[in-house]
Amino acid sequence: MIKRVWKVIEQFHFLLFCLLVLSLPLILRRFEAGDYYLSVLVLAGISSIVVIGLNLLMGYAGQISLGHAAFFGLGAYSSGIVTIRYGLSPWLGFALSIGLNAVVAYILAEPILKLKGHYLAMATLGLGMIFLTLFSNLAITGGSEGLSVAKLSILGYVLNSRELKEVNYYYFTWSIALLLMHLALNLVNSRVGRALRAIHASEIAAHSIGVDIAKFKTQVFVISAVYAGVAGSIFAHYSTFLCPPDFGLTQSIRLLTMGVIGGMSSIWGAVLGAAILTMLPQLLDVFAEYDILVYGLVLILAIIFMPQGMSQKISLGWEKLTGQGSQGS
Amino acid sequence: MGRKKGKLFGILVMCVVSGLFLVQTAFSAESKKPYKIGAIFDISGKASALGTPEKQTAEMVVEQVNKAGGINGHPLELVFYDTASDTQKAIESVNKLVKKDKVLAIIGPSTSGESMAIIETIQNNEIPNISCAARIEITDPPKKWVFKTPQTDRQAMAKILGYMKKQGIKKIAFMSVEGGFGSGGLVQVDSLSPEFGIEVVAREKFSEDDTNMTTQLTKIRGTDAQALIVWCTDKGSAKVASNIRQLGMTIPIFMSHGIASMKFIEQAKEAAEGIIFPAGRLLVFDSLPDTDPQKKVLAKYAADFKAKYNTTADTFGGHAWDALNIVIRAIEKAGDDINRIRDEIEKTKNFVGIGGVFNFSEKDHHGLGPESLVMIKIVNGKWTYLE
Amino acid sequence: MKFADQLLQYLINGITNGGIYALIALGFTIIYKSTDIINFAQGEFVMLGAVFMSTLYNRAHLSLPVSFGFSVLAVAAVGILMEVLMIHPLRDGSVISQIMATIGASIFFRGSVMLIWGRNDLFVPFFSCGQPYRFFSAIFDRQYVWILVIALISMGVLHLFYEKTTHGKAMTACSANKKASMLVGINVQTMVILSFGLSAALGAVAGGVLAPFGMKYDSGVTFGLKGFCAAIVGGLGNNVGAMVGGFVLGVVEELGAGLISSNYKNALSFCILLAVLLIRPQGILFIRSGERV
Repeated sequence: MIKRVWKVIEQFHFLLFCLLVLSLPLILRRFEAGDYYLSVLVLAGISSIVVIGLNLLMGYAGQISLGHAAFFGLGAYSSGIVTIRYGLSPWLGFALSIGLNAVVAYILAEPILKLKGHYLAMATLGLGMIFLTLFSNLAITGGSEGLSVAKLSILGYVLNSRELKEVNYYYFTWSIALLLMHLALNLVNSRVGRALRAIHASEIAAHSIGVDIAKFKTQVFVISAVYAGVAGSIFAHYSTFLCPPDFGLTQSIRLLTMGVIGGMSSIWGAVLGAAILTMLPQLLDVFAEYDILVYGLVLILAIIFMPQGMSQKISLGWEKLTGQGSQGS
Repeated sequence: MGRKKGKLFGILVMCVVSGLFLVQTAFSAESKKPYKIGAIFDISGKASALGTPEKQTAEMVVEQVNKAGGINGHPLELVFYDTASDTQKAIESVNKLVKKDKVLAIIGPSTSGESMAIIETIQNNEIPNISCAARIEITDPPKKWVFKTPQTDRQAMAKILGYMKKQGIKKIAFMSVEGGFGSGGLVQVDSLSPEFGIEVVAREKFSEDDTNMTTQLTKIRGTDAQALIVWCTDKGSAKVASNIRQLGMTIPIFMSHGIASMKFIEQAKEAAEGIIFPAGRLLVFDSLPDTDPQKKVLAKYAADFKAKYNTTADTFGGHAWDALNIVIRAIEKAGDDINRIRDEIEKTKNFVGIGGVFNFSEKDHHGLGPESLVMIKIVNGKWTYLE
Repeated sequence: MKFADQLLQYLINGITNGGIYALIALGFTIIYKSTDIINFAQGEFVMLGAVFMSTLYNRAHLSLPVSFGFSVLAVAAVGILMEVLMIHPLRDGSVISQIMATIGASIFFRGSVMLIWGRNDLFVPFFSCGQPYRFFSAIFDRQYVWILVIALISMGVLHLFYEKTTHGKAMTACSANKKASMLVGINVQTMVILSFGLSAALGAVAGGVLAPFGMKYDSGVTFGLKGFCAAIVGGLGNNVGAMVGGFVLGVVEELGAGLISSNYKNALSFCILLAVLLIRPQGILFIRSGERV
């Protein structure tokens, strides 16, 4: 009997996850500070989107990026600039953010992805720093003084107004996050996903069996940049203020850490890592005060003791619990 | 790798998450009796020299109020979060203060960048905020829920330029730190200098982490500037000051109100000599005439602060003193009605504080006139009243 | 003030900064040569050097040279510990996990220093007081002379170590070919540990000479990044290259700030880094193939 329950859960796990995400506000509403927790979950959703893209790049294609905050920032600033400087619709901002990130990533992919390993890490780090300097010095971004961004409204409804509180923005963010998660899950189980894993395992072997390495690497780089851009746009309208340091090296490392802790070669791991690292500092005051110390320690321990991240540990635990072998994919 | 076997842990994730929330919520039930005021200052970031005395002052004031029986019998509670010079942290802290801690008002943040960043969030959450940051844009144009206590950077710059004009200085060089504070200064000097008939002949930037700013200074030496304004807070300013001394530059050096703390003199040592800057009266309250309405308040604050923390009080702590006391006075009249607290803050008149005498109105959420600033010169490692 | 005089001042500033960058770049190079790992915590060694020195001087009341020496030793010990506890278990790990581990270490060092020493800048006095020196029309502070002299001495000592001592030669052998070194009886693991100690010590030397300018828990980041650019510019895995890279970067940076604009001073280093990586990943000096497809 219980085995069959496990089976059902396993069969429909993504749907169940969607249900849980969608019903959380109903549960949290009962708490006095529920609105605050929703605001934390919105941030967790935004980070999840970036980290899903990052995991596609790192976990599946095996390409590191120490400059992903730049794409996040590019998305955020596109949205901010389109709405504030030109007074256009925020949806145009979203479109621009996706388009711009895709184009920029496509142009950069060719030269950058020729580099491997540590050289790639350094090049992406340098790229991130150059973008950061641009964000802090260009007139259009508001420079280091920052840029105020308008709230997001759909058909005249402001999503995160005082009356509507956080609920609408929560649903907005997480429906996009779930959609992108679904796409990513499909992607990794498709031909592209298999090609990426082949590249990760051995580029030479992949090449010899006819995988067009450059093409797939470019594709996944563009996809992960677009994910970061979408997250940036959502972030811009949520936070309503953009400041260059939010898109610097610290942010890139924060995103990487989420991926590592959750598990780099797993889409679920991305969401897990993003959720944990966004919520912990908000919930534990110790973490908030000594955040960098705890961050560093967690990162080191995670790398040494669970290099595959928490997602792998949990799925092993699940297998033990349900007592089943290697079913499912 | 990549093949997830029992991939159901997504659900487990959310269970853990909800569990965490439940635990947290269960522990956060508390009595409604104390009045809570939120404070957000930067005690670990680039402006920790500002945020630290601000936090200390706020804690001292709360202690004094509670010793005297609280506000109308209600104890006062300060909920503090460190913003670490991080605008996102500032925004998150505001959200947390409003939605979780349910405070009645928020004082801070310490820096203009953070203060500008939280405006939307403050307005949206409809919570009174008294900022301790300088930029004029914070309250100009006025926002319903945002007030501020320090003199504006525009007033400070105008004070410096006015003084220069009297000295017959026509051409100046301007050096600013990278970041919000520096670029704010740059905007003001560019917009104000024509009014005073002063020409800015060089504009240089530097980073606070640089060890050597002589490159920029050498460039300035190559111009015909008659004076130099350095727009930065204590640490960077101290390095520039010692570089200026090394190069043997003789033109008068002006700095921002950002160096108005003892930390600057401690770091720059003899290189601080002769530097002129605008600041509130607190630094030189000894030299004020007894008729000055602020003298008594200043003397008491300076003595209290010295007694409690054994360091010299500075104007930054003063900004927090002003902000917190204005809020306390408003709560005395309005109780815990947030809308009325805001109204009472806006009605503040003739409040004698550390920064000056405050007069808020619907149009003016800043409340200080240019007369609240004085020019101060560092002589023998001490602040001396110039005019 | 004549243009030539200004130029001279920029050059001198560039060379002193370059000395610092070169020391840090050398640290990157030494570790890369022995382990193929880029140590992202190199900047933290600099910070630790300054912080330890300030503690020894201000709290333990040791003299400046003694505290300088002890702090270098202490940081070397930290470097060795880092290798044994963290890098060694990961020697067969993926590149990504190695990179993340050193990043984790850098964050951990920053956090620990913040916890123990607080968030304020720590200082030591300048090594010698008095009027700054003049060189034609350019002026430079006494501390900059110390920086340059100590940097050059350290590089000289390092060179002698590599050329004249058995351990140094063994390290060179290891970086050239690990398996062959093992066959001739070199303990590769000892060499790796040694390289971490050496690299941390060099970082601490840089930190020590910079300590009079004030350092706090997060001051190492910028230095680490600059040294890292210098290491790439000079060609990773090459001691002479790292030194040349350091000086080149320092001078170019100051010339850029002085002649063009100080606004983009930091971006300049990273543009150079990127240009070098894309055009000549082997660095500006030597013809050696970088790791590219």
